[in-house]
Amino acid sequence: VCQIGRYFFFFQAEDGIRDFCLSRGLGDVYKRQEQGIAAFGIGIASVGATAIAEIQFADYIYPAFDQLVNEAAKYRYRSGNQFSVGGLTVRAPYGAVGHGGHYHSQSPEAFFSHAPGLKVVIPRDCIQAKGLLLASIRDKNPVIFLEPKALYRNAEDEVPTEDYELALHKAEVVQEGKDITLIGYGTQIRVLKEAAKEAEQDGIKCEIIDLQTIYPYDIETLVESVKKTGRCIVSHEAPVTMGVGAEISAALQEKCFLYLEAPITRVCGYDTPFPLAHELVYLPDKWKVYDAIQKTVNY
Amino acid sequence: IYTSKLNFDSVSEKIPTFRVIELKGKVIAKKYDNTDTATLNKIYEKMVQLEEMDMILLQAQRQGRISFYMTALGEQACTVAVAAALNDIDLIYPQYREHGCLIWRGFTIDEFAHQCASNSRDPAKGRQMPVHYTSSKLNFVCVSSPLTTQVPQASGAGYTFKLQELDRIAVAFFGEGASSEGDFHSGMNFAATLGCQTLFLCRNNKYAISTPSDEQFKGDGVASKSQGYGMLTIRCDGNDAIAVYQAVKNAREYIVKNKKPAFIEFMTYRQGDHSTSDHSILYREEEELKSWAQNNPITRLGLYLKKKKYREIDEESDKELRKKYRQETIKALKSAIEEKKPGIHELFNDVYDRQTDNLEEQTKQLREHLDKYQGKYNLKNFEQL
Repeated sequence: VCQIGRYFFFFQAEDGIRDFCLSRGLGDVYKRQEQGIAAFGIGIASVGATAIAEIQFADYIYPAFDQLVNEAAKYRYRSGNQFSVGGLTVRAPYGAVGHGGHYHSQSPEAFFSHAPGLKVVIPRDCIQAKGLLLASIRDKNPVIFLEPKALYRNAEDEVPTEDYELALHKAEVVQEGKDITLIGYGTQIRVLKEAAKEAEQDGIKCEIIDLQTIYPYDIETLVESVKKTGRCIVSHEAPVTMGVGAEISAALQEKCFLYLEAPITRVCGYDTPFPLAHELVYLPDKWKVYDAIQKTVNY
Repeated sequence: IYTSKLNFDSVSEKIPTFRVIELKGKVIAKKYDNTDTATLNKIYEKMVQLEEMDMILLQAQRQGRISFYMTALGEQACTVAVAAALNDIDLIYPQYREHGCLIWRGFTIDEFAHQCASNSRDPAKGRQMPVHYTSSKLNFVCVSSPLTTQVPQASGAGYTFKLQELDRIAVAFFGEGASSEGDFHSGMNFAATLGCQTLFLCRNNKYAISTPSDEQFKGDGVASKSQGYGMLTIRCDGNDAIAVYQAVKNAREYIVKNKKPAFIEFMTYRQGDHSTSDHSILYREEEELKSWAQNNPITRLGLYLKKKKYREIDEESDKELRKKYRQETIKALKSAIEEKKPGIHELFNDVYDRQTDNLEEQTKQLREHLDKYQGKYNLKNFEQL
């Protein structure tokens, strides 16, 4: 196993992984060059070893785009399964943090969800982070694992110490409800829960689904829910146009058209670079979600 | 070390080029004239095979029988002799002009032909354009069109071999044009700073498609860049098969012993077009081609072998040998073109290790579509399930 990336002083997540590697005599490499980090990791994985490549902030992942999309994603397919880089997992902190601005807040999941051969996974909280990360590392395909940085310092839970995995390509119904389906992932699940609580006071029972694996995603769980509720909202921080929400809306209206009582709404970031001073009003917060719930239920 | 002089002179001397035999086969580096004759004869034969195969497959593209081709004309020594000097288990990360290494390691003419014909017998299942070869059995990573991406990957692999304490190196091939890409910098710097068991081989063949090397960089070639990374650097006559062999053998020993990378710049010349989509006479002079034709790797080794009386075949047999390779290639190609294309289901396989739901659904959609619109698609050339 080789952990490649930066030693960052910002988050303590690194200490755990670094200590883990060093105590087991595993490779541990610190570099400050994203295209090199990804390519080096691909090289390690191409000879059958495990590489966990870390990008300091997802906002800096783009130099690695060519390596990830043109190489990692296509390694198995182009060689007729003679070579593959399943041992590669690329981890990066993503999402709003309150003061990150353009380059410490981005959600780039959509870019990588359009590259067949890659997988994209996002945990919503501690227990999912461990289970999904282990599953991603062990999955025999290259996985981009985006971690909600906003939760690094303020998420706490009783996480089982034993080894466990959560299945990839499986969405989880976090909360059941009969009136409307709210779909999201990562930090946004907390926002959906808060909006649902507000809606509950109006007698609206929301069903909340965490996608967990963004690509390829579990359409079946989503379809089952929307067929039951007949109403749907998809929500993410990333800009609304061409985001993950756009794909899910398209797929759901294809499969559930006659079951829908209202159009599917996306409550997402605006089509602007992630702002600094205006973060408060940029984010798809609980009031925007609540408003969308109201409009959808009363359509 | 400080100086009180403000020096505006550019960098000092050019790095000299290592050579063992001259253009007419005369030895000028006796110290390195110790390669066994069996190896030298095999290198000669395989370079001839490479040249003959290239000529036939190039013609085949011109005749419209395969869609695309790239030759290694004039550069045979810097792949065949390299492979001869490596261990068969050393993992090669090619650019796209290194099929000489595959020939040395035993890739058959049929396997070349199947890939070029994109048929169902191509182990890579017809997924990529001709010349994008791969063979895990022969330790040759898949060719991919994006330039230089393989270089830092080879660094990662070489690092892994070091951690695993293997007598095995990773070898990255690339052209001088590729050394302008960002991935070159990544690969070289990671390898040098981390101590990767990686050998970097640059085929400086004077042209990056139509860009001549004097427009590619203003420093002393690619070797001077390698020195900048603090890596062991050799510049070698790429058309001198013996020098190539000796340089690679010694570099390999250095790498495994010291657990550090090494770099060799092969000075050579691209005799042919960049590819069948190129028409190089539009950007280079006839005189230049004629001049470099005097410096042919196959001829030079042949003359050396003749001078030393090491040559196992005479001129007559040489003609027969070439004819044999030509005929083998023609036969293999004809047969490969007659094979069917891989089955339609292969479109959806190998995206991941296992089929995902979205791909299963799309497989079904395509199948239904093709059933319904049977008459509109000519599918008889595809393997049926």
